[in-house]
Amino acid sequence: MTDSLRPDLRIVADFVPAGAKVLDLGCGDGLLLEYLVHHKGVAGRGIELSETGVLACVRRGLSVRQGDLQEGLADYPDGSFDCVVLSQTLPFLDDPGMIIRETLRVGSQAIVSFPNWGHWRCRLKLLFTGRIPLASDLPQRWDEKPRWQAFTITDFAQFCRRAGIDITRQAYLAGGRRVHHITRFTNLLSTTAVFMLENARRSRG
Amino acid sequence: MPAPDSIGIVHTQYFTFAADRPFILESGAPLSPVTLAYETYGRLNADRSNAVLVVHALSGGAHAAGYRTADDPKPGWWDDAIGPGKAFDTDRFFVICSNVLGSCYGSSGPSSIDPATGQPYGLRFPVVTIGDMVRAQVALIDHLGIEKLLCVAGGSVGGMQVLEWAARHGERVRAAIPLATTARSNAMQIALSEVGRQAIYADPNWQNGDYYANGRRPDAGLAVARMIAHITYLSEQAMHRKFGRRLQSQERFGYQFQTEFQVESYLRHQGNAFIQRFDANSYLYITKAMDYFDLTMPAGSLAAALAGAAAVKFLVVSFTSDWLYPSHHSKELVSALTAVGADVSYLDIESSAGHDAFLVEVDTMTRLLGSFMDRLASEEGIRS
Repeated sequence: MTDSLRPDLRIVADFVPAGAKVLDLGCGDGLLLEYLVHHKGVAGRGIELSETGVLACVRRGLSVRQGDLQEGLADYPDGSFDCVVLSQTLPFLDDPGMIIRETLRVGSQAIVSFPNWGHWRCRLKLLFTGRIPLASDLPQRWDEKPRWQAFTITDFAQFCRRAGIDITRQAYLAGGRRVHHITRFTNLLSTTAVFMLENARRSRG
Repeated sequence: MPAPDSIGIVHTQYFTFAADRPFILESGAPLSPVTLAYETYGRLNADRSNAVLVVHALSGGAHAAGYRTADDPKPGWWDDAIGPGKAFDTDRFFVICSNVLGSCYGSSGPSSIDPATGQPYGLRFPVVTIGDMVRAQVALIDHLGIEKLLCVAGGSVGGMQVLEWAARHGERVRAAIPLATTARSNAMQIALSEVGRQAIYADPNWQNGDYYANGRRPDAGLAVARMIAHITYLSEQAMHRKFGRRLQSQERFGYQFQTEFQVESYLRHQGNAFIQRFDANSYLYITKAMDYFDLTMPAGSLAAALAGAAAVKFLVVSFTSDWLYPSHHSKELVSALTAVGADVSYLDIESSAGHDAFLVEVDTMTRLLGSFMDRLASEEGIRS
């Protein structure tokens, strides 16, 4: 068991309410979920696609089922979790909008983190080299598996407005360090974003 | 010579009940008395919280681990998983395995003596269901003084019993491990069972099941049934890898109807080995129980049937090349368990071994089962 987490996972963990019922989508080897269970007393469940990931999670004593997020979360009743986590998973999904809406059907809150291609280094890379920039947390080239989709903090914020989703908390990282002053240049200065989401009240009627 | 991680020499025990008041089967038929053969490995702890029931598949028995004698060449059927330091660690857990009702390895079945006639039952033995097998196991667990099992685990028909335990006796189990199984036998599985049964019926030595007295046993029919079943336990890839088109003993075709291909020889060997150790009538009864198994009845849906299992922790495992109980059966089970809010872990293990994978993929299974059992032990405070 680990006590120290990667900076972005640490922020996700800070956002998760203590004692919550948590579903971690694409939970990998279960590092975050294990931390949440042991340090925040959550009741954790996970979904993971890879066999090695599921084996590692069961090894950590976690409750994790193998599954493909692209198939949605239809098995899960509405509101069955306090909090659904999508940590560094969004760029890999075929239908990210559908999954985000599903997280907020299944959970009362969602926490998403993703690499930001709006960072100034990415912009300069495209401008000066004419090549698609690699995000700092996502080292695969465009031609490597798994396939990913680049988007920025501004893209994501616009999606939330369109979809009737409120961003209730936000945190940003630049090169692994927390950005403490949130300004209108956040999209330019951050390499990673962590958002806490809720369905906007008006959309609930 | 047993290895250091073997449980060593073991002995089968017998528990007889329903001698005064008959055991009423799901069909309504009475059975009296009822005997179950069982073995236990490890020690029941003081608060009786470390009992694990292992349930066997179609042709298995109570002898799941260890050796019967010092020069026994073969250990029990799940010796890979049961023993000191193994997945079902006998230093920590009290492991029980009983032979199912209807079988021929010491529990009441068609080859047992009918007290009414003093002769073997034959087809006068009442038809039993998976539910009946499990209720008999419940009686055994009561007899052993165990209120709640830590875990029930098994594959194939054993997996059906695991699901029956969880769904209908959920208050008696903390965790369930159904492997390579289904909550509902489908038309293909029933069809394959029926072809096996027809092979037995077609053998003139079967004599409507009354073959015990005159020494003429339906060996040919039972061997064919086993050969068919064996094909369903493998995969195309596994068979190709194991046998290809290789010939058994000659260089070229003999243009005769002898056993020529290695795969033919292998199946004949499996058939011949099976008739030495199994009873044809038991084959009929157990396959019938498999065919009747449908957890969705009478509740109407799998989720409704599993409502009583919401507090049970599940580890569900399927295998990618299992075409007898394909992975989607397990996925439907996992969906229903998720819908009722059960704590369920699931893995579809990448394997080319077919249905047999649950006994063959020892490394992955040991890691997975061992991890899950470690978790249960730590949650329940069970130490060696």
